Amino acid sequence: MTLITIDHVSRLFEDPKRGTPVKALDDISLNVGRNEFLCLLGPSGCGKSTLLNMIAGFDHPTSGTVSVGGQVVSEPGSDRGFVFQQPTLMPWLTVWENVAFHLTMRGMDRRERREHAQRFIDMVRLTGFENHFPSELSGGMNQRVGIARALLMNPEVILMDEPFGALDEQTKMEMHAELVRIWRESQATIVFVTHGIDESLALGTHVAVMSARPGRIRELLPIDLERPRDATSPRFNDYKRHILQLLRPEAAVAA
Amino acid sequence: MARRSPLARFYLRIERAIVPVLLLVGWELFSRSGILPRALLPAPSQVLTAWADWVFATDGNTQSYSGHWLMDTAASASRVFSGFALATVLGVGIGMAIGWSRTVEKLIEPVLQVLRPVPPVSWIPLAIIWFGIADKPAIFLVFLGSFFPVLLSTIHGVKTVDRNLLRAGAMTGGTPHKLLRHIVFPAALPSIFSGLRIAIGSAWMLTVTAEMVAVKSGVGYVLWDSYYFLRYDLVIAAMASIGLLGFLSDFAIKRVAAHVLRWQRGSTLQAKEG
Repeated sequence: MTLITIDHVSRLFEDPKRGTPVKALDDISLNVGRNEFLCLLGPSGCGKSTLLNMIAGFDHPTSGTVSVGGQVVSEPGSDRGFVFQQPTLMPWLTVWENVAFHLTMRGMDRRERREHAQRFIDMVRLTGFENHFPSELSGGMNQRVGIARALLMNPEVILMDEPFGALDEQTKMEMHAELVRIWRESQATIVFVTHGIDESLALGTHVAVMSARPGRIRELLPIDLERPRDATSPRFNDYKRHILQLLRPEAAVAA
Repeated sequence: MARRSPLARFYLRIERAIVPVLLLVGWELFSRSGILPRALLPAPSQVLTAWADWVFATDGNTQSYSGHWLMDTAASASRVFSGFALATVLGVGIGMAIGWSRTVEKLIEPVLQVLRPVPPVSWIPLAIIWFGIADKPAIFLVFLGSFFPVLLSTIHGVKTVDRNLLRAGAMTGGTPHKLLRHIVFPAALPSIFSGLRIAIGSAWMLTVTAEMVAVKSGVGYVLWDSYYFLRYDLVIAAMASIGLLGFLSDFAIKRVAAHVLRWQRGSTLQAKEG
């Protein structure tokens, strides 16, 4: 069942210095089914974050439409949780207040917010850090707060923009395992932007490989690998070889 | 670290006091030496005697001011407080509106930018005509002097709010009104507080100026009046009082800021150490 429909979306950016518009996304069509875990994979500058921002409602297509659950996206909303590249937490709020920020926006009183937040703090394994400020936590812990904040809204889709890019390899692997667990528990649909081939293969049920300038979808790959995914298995490496081939510059030229 | 010798520890304890004490002693000696007539540069001891009488009515040497210090400071402080509070409310309110809305910015900012370079003291004649000789002209001047620092720092604070925090707010379903209250205002607070600290300085400056010219009470009035009666010891006692009050009010704002902004890394660590 299709949840997100991206229908012939193009996005031009005006370049004020040269006066000629730059085409960031060129006629992209893509469907994401409910409960899928789609990774948007591509080199920097291929417009993958722009596409994600459009699903979130932070940016708008020059032509074409993006719809979620049958509704055309026009502005940000709590049906689409977003996890940013940087944790982007309110530094003046404690962990639990950040997680419950959506409830503050809805005007729920403090005690109720505190109760609701706990379940999600436990889910991202930050129990015991409820009253810490973001400045007192590590980058990985802050990113978990960001994930819990998105989960608490019980959104139809969770959009993630290279959320683990700044983390070390060890922490990143832990976070991958956690994220897959959370995805299964919460039955959410996830769109995850990354430039890491291994990361996309470790996480996604589907990987959309994108090419740069103008941004296009080169191929949408369903990933048929058992979980937990073994990055050293032959089949994992078959996928990896295939994606590397797609990402090679000459391949893009030939197409 | 090696244990310091008792002498070294004693030195560390008095280190900050050495220069002030030497200056006071030097001043006392110079004043007693007779190089200048003693009436023109009263010795610290003489200032202290005058100050003591002004505060506690010890020997009546300050005549009609004897024992009136608390009333005089209260008069000045209430003017500072009224003008400063008014400037804070309006400065933060208008600053938020200008920083948040391009329309408000275009409508209001030109007027404010024209008024801003006019020195507050140059308003004194008009302030006296409009408000008479009482509290009001002083409060008006204090307001003028503290309004602009608060306004500018608020605008700056609002304009430099991380755009991604606003996106995060919109993502969690916040309306513009709620984003303003729950994101823009708290994010601007560090900048607002630095504006408040500048503002409290000019607030005291302008109260004293106003009291010297347009008001018949307060520390500034005592200072100017003592000058007419050649009581330079009381002039200096008044100066020191103003300095002390300015220091205390700045200290109070610093304490409030440290509590409100305790989420900032620096202050969090300080709180843990202290």
